[in-house]
Amino acid sequence: MPDPRPSTIDAGEVERFSALAAEWWNPNGKFRPLHKFNPVRLGYIRDQVAARFGRDTHAARPFEGLRILDIGCGGGLLCEPMSRLGAEVVGADASTTNIEVAKIHAAEAGVSVDYRATTAEDLADAGEKFDVILNMEVVEHVADVELFVKKCGEMVKPGGIMFVATINRTFKALGLAIVGAEYVLRWLPRGTHQYGKLVRPEELDKALVGAGLATIDRTGVTYNPLSDRWQKSRDMDVNYMVLAEKAA
Amino acid sequence: MVTRQSDDNKSTQLDVLVAGAGYVGLATAVSIKQARPNLHIAIVDAAPAEVWRKDARASAIAAAACRMLDQLGCWEEIAPEAQAITSMVITDSKTSDPVRPVFLTFDGEVGTGEPFAHMVENKVLNGSLRRRAAELGIDIIEGVAVQAFEAGVAGSKVHLADGISFDVKLLIAADGVNSKLRDMAGIKTVRWEYGQSGIVCTVSHERPHGGRAEEHFLPAGPFATLPLKPTKDGVNRSSIVWNERTEDAEKLVNGDPFVFEIELEQRFGLQLGEIRVEDKPRAWPLGLTLARAFVANRFALAGDAAHGIHPISGQGLNLGFKDAAALAETIVEADRLGQDIGSLDVLERYEQWRRFDTVRMGVTTDVLNRLFSNDIAPIRAIRDIGLGLVDRVPRLKDYFIRQASGLTGETPRLLKGDAI
Repeated sequence: MPDPRPSTIDAGEVERFSALAAEWWNPNGKFRPLHKFNPVRLGYIRDQVAARFGRDTHAARPFEGLRILDIGCGGGLLCEPMSRLGAEVVGADASTTNIEVAKIHAAEAGVSVDYRATTAEDLADAGEKFDVILNMEVVEHVADVELFVKKCGEMVKPGGIMFVATINRTFKALGLAIVGAEYVLRWLPRGTHQYGKLVRPEELDKALVGAGLATIDRTGVTYNPLSDRWQKSRDMDVNYMVLAEKAA
Repeated sequence: MVTRQSDDNKSTQLDVLVAGAGYVGLATAVSIKQARPNLHIAIVDAAPAEVWRKDARASAIAAAACRMLDQLGCWEEIAPEAQAITSMVITDSKTSDPVRPVFLTFDGEVGTGEPFAHMVENKVLNGSLRRRAAELGIDIIEGVAVQAFEAGVAGSKVHLADGISFDVKLLIAADGVNSKLRDMAGIKTVRWEYGQSGIVCTVSHERPHGGRAEEHFLPAGPFATLPLKPTKDGVNRSSIVWNERTEDAEKLVNGDPFVFEIELEQRFGLQLGEIRVEDKPRAWPLGLTLARAFVANRFALAGDAAHGIHPISGQGLNLGFKDAAALAETIVEADRLGQDIGSLDVLERYEQWRRFDTVRMGVTTDVLNRLFSNDIAPIRAIRDIGLGLVDRVPRLKDYFIRQASGLTGETPRLLKGDAI
């Protein structure tokens, strides 16, 4: 997923990025699985942030005054909702292409997000701090989970929280998330996930502790083929989300 | 740089524009605005101002829709004008049968003291929803049609016939069974014609109806009498929905009023004493129209624009309210998650929610109508056994009552009387 090539964006490229933006945001296109997945993770984030920071989920802009980082933001599928909910949002992605795509869509949608083509390490080293960090579907792609989580942890303000969503390393996950989603249903391109890089909850907990964070909530996420919806579940064998906090 | 279209020429920004100020459009707008006062909502209607006050029709409002009106802050105002249907009788007969065998009787209560339906005049319902819309700050633009719209990445540009245009996140078409907006969106329909028309009129009668509704399945089609609230001068009234073959219906409503009254009397009977037709009877061709899709990018259909069904079971208004409640709930929940309310992935949830229910209801009423609108002896026998069975099996009857009151299926919160 990361595309570290440095690129200078010229006018000729804008058209290509616009086409890519349309693809990212087409609910029936290549990124359909992410669109389908979005409501359940948005709901989890909203409810947990509201509970931790004492916000009313029915308010027009419940995240007003919160600074949120979405690491590995892709085309901005999470950043834009966070911004609409009132947060000050930084969207970071190592891929310059993704960042340009996200910028174009945010401008079209009239949503304000600070998109940056950068990495968690560089942001942490620059001393950036956030109330909430979203680390969704990223840890299973990084080279060194412990180092990555540690760098993200440095950016969480005391009393702040970090969400991590990923895929468990179980035979069920191998069957459903890799063989099922990539080879049978073709929801994702082949090779999106490598079994060996998947992360078990206890490994994630360990990495979080190493980053000075404590896990305070976790939930499985499962797909219901009848309703064609993702929903929270106690079953953490495949997809799961973890919430960790830094002591105030 | 990408320039936003709205920079090029001046147009008003809206979150939601509803086309159609009938009860479905009004209920949808009010439901959304009440839960999300932060959203900017307007309604546009092609009909000239005040025309709605002339609508003489009445509608059966099922218990669920009634709960929704209560939640929307309208029922208290409507209640004094509403006639509770406290019992319902269904018969299957030929017009000439002296005594009509009763196959199905309902005591019309869903819960204690809650009648399964009320009869309300459309102008009363409409007036109350309009009052509430105004209270919530929803503008109603009247006498202007939507001329064109183009859906884009972030919104839809909607042009009105008077030259005004809007940039909206979502355009909702609640403009009736012959929806112009549905055609503009390129959404095709499936249509079954019955070759039947529904004659609608109001009659006055000597004796009170006692809140009793009757539906007689006559060979040409169902004939229903629905109790209305007596007038202020104490005149007893009922609403008539009378189905006939289209050519017969046309002859009846356009012919001699005296002939019409005689024909009506034959069907209505004399148990309520002398009857008199109170308004000019009108005939509406009946059909089942289903939109092939309920949503498109930045666009959603609600009410008859999505599904015009045969009025045999009086479900038109109630299906429309279910659309309004489900669409509002979908949009409000998406907005509370920070999602783009006009995006297709949000709207698809509404479509998925409403389509199955609508198709099932459409097919059920279609089958019922085909089954009942004929005079073939074996079919009469089958349906009589069917109705008799329903009356004898309490759970089946309970299901029918709940179906008729709109309380089955995955019920939107507003229809349960809860806030979104």
